[in-house]
Amino acid sequence: MLTQALVLSAILFAVGTFGVLVRRNAIIMFLCIELQLNAVNLALVAFSRVSGIDGQVFVFFVMTVAAAEAAVGLVIIISIFRHYETVNVNSFNLLKW
Amino acid sequence: MIEILFFLFAAVAVGSAFGVVLGRSPVASLLFMVSTLASVAGIYILLEAHFLAAIQVMVYAGAIMVLFLFVIMLLNLGHDYQQDMKGWGASVVVLAVTGSMAGILASRFSGAAELEFLAEANTAAMDAALVEKGAVGVIAEPLFTTYVVPFEITGILLLVAIVGALALAKRRVA
Repeated sequence: MLTQALVLSAILFAVGTFGVLVRRNAIIMFLCIELQLNAVNLALVAFSRVSGIDGQVFVFFVMTVAAAEAAVGLVIIISIFRHYETVNVNSFNLLKW
Repeated sequence: MIEILFFLFAAVAVGSAFGVVLGRSPVASLLFMVSTLASVAGIYILLEAHFLAAIQVMVYAGAIMVLFLFVIMLLNLGHDYQQDMKGWGASVVVLAVTGSMAGILASRFSGAAELEFLAEANTAAMDAALVEKGAVGVIAEPLFTTYVVPFEITGILLLVAIVGALALAKRRVA
């Protein structure tokens, strides 16, 4: 049960990484980052079966930070959209060499 | 029974995760994401993290996903079906890299039989704490004693996020 949960979290994290690297839509990339965070949360909950409740407290903090990050990130996406009229990250190449 | 439920939730979670990545419209990706989060909440319950499962459904699948949905609707991206994947070559390379990453991690984890042993040893203590303090109390007690300073800092972080979001949203485009 514990090791299966860890394997599942590894798979979910890899799928999220794949999404971030392959998709060009900023909102879907952001969703995939949330997927990665969630995979890490699952690993922390699984490990809290071994080493006590602290892992679950940490998941609580990760969720709070994820909420703050989602709020700020979505506002950044909105202001980029206002400027460029698109959320495709290929269009934002000002900082690209 | 628990094993069957676990594999059911795990299958739904992985399938929906691929739906998130491969979904054509942002709304479809988002609904797949809700399904993933709900199945992970089910796995939290199987791992006896009941409070986190409730938080996962309410905060993640509820609040944060609705925030995403608001933004998708606000930007009117719902019926914008243009393909935004990278090319086939890049996708295959990335799939190979992330797939081998998952494979290495998974083989390390599934080989760690001593973890199951440690968890078995710890289960009785955790069950006793759950019965004694309840699903909320078992998290609340360390949260408000050992981790009270990080907890308060979290409040400041949320305030800063709100102020930052408002400042960014209200700024006029030059």
